[in-house]
Amino acid sequence: MSVLKETRLALSRRQLLTAAGTGLVAAAGLSVMTARPAAAAASAEEMIAKIAGGTPKEGLVKVDGPEIAENGNTVPVTIEVESPMTADNYVKSVHVFADGNPSPEVAAFTFTPQSGKAFAKFRIRLAKTQNVRAVAMMSDGSSYVGSKEIKVTIGGCGG
Amino acid sequence: MSAKPRVRVPSTAKKGEVFEIKTVISHSMESGQRKAADGSPIPRKIIDKFVCTYNGKEVMTSQWYGAVSANPYLEFFCTATESGTLEFTWHDEGGETYTATADIKVT
Repeated sequence: MSVLKETRLALSRRQLLTAAGTGLVAAAGLSVMTARPAAAAASAEEMIAKIAGGTPKEGLVKVDGPEIAENGNTVPVTIEVESPMTADNYVKSVHVFADGNPSPEVAAFTFTPQSGKAFAKFRIRLAKTQNVRAVAMMSDGSSYVGSKEIKVTIGGCGG
Repeated sequence: MSAKPRVRVPSTAKKGEVFEIKTVISHSMESGQRKAADGSPIPRKIIDKFVCTYNGKEVMTSQWYGAVSANPYLEFFCTATESGTLEFTWHDEGGETYTATADIKVT
């Protein structure tokens, strides 16, 4: 037993040393670990970066929905942005993304000061448990992001 | 299947009041991801644009993708400025449009 333990320890120490020595093993391990979820998320991230022209700030945007959605075919979500809606300070648009869907774009809303409130409640399809993100573009050019994780029992993309 | 729109707008509102609008339209919003029983893909057919105007002036426009559920429901807000007509238009990717109108009296 103790021999086995020592062997294991020695092995892991050797691996550790190799990794530290070259840095390659660690890098490869990390990329394998993140590659799969990043594949879908990256495209949403790219779209957000493109729309916002950078990384949007956290806050102001509230995404609301059920904690657990039994049916991914029709998940009610509410998007609300905390902001005045006056002629010189209002929410121009809100873009909604679902990272885990085959196509991450869900919907985009263009508001005007006449809207009175940057609010939209609608129903979406979610393929699996994932973060629903909303990016708000303000009239002054700043951008904000908010998200909510929704657990999905049965996916809604018809497989 | 023809799309039937329904809208709910208050009949009266005070000037400056922010009122709620509820809309729904019967539409399959076929995402193109689904397959028929024989394995052939069901062609995509979705409404990709929704526009709300108030006396001809745009209040809210919306772009929709395949992830919007069938029979799309949408709830949003509008500020009452003057008596008139709200017009709602849903644009299908195939070029069809569906419209609904509602009158509002502003006091």
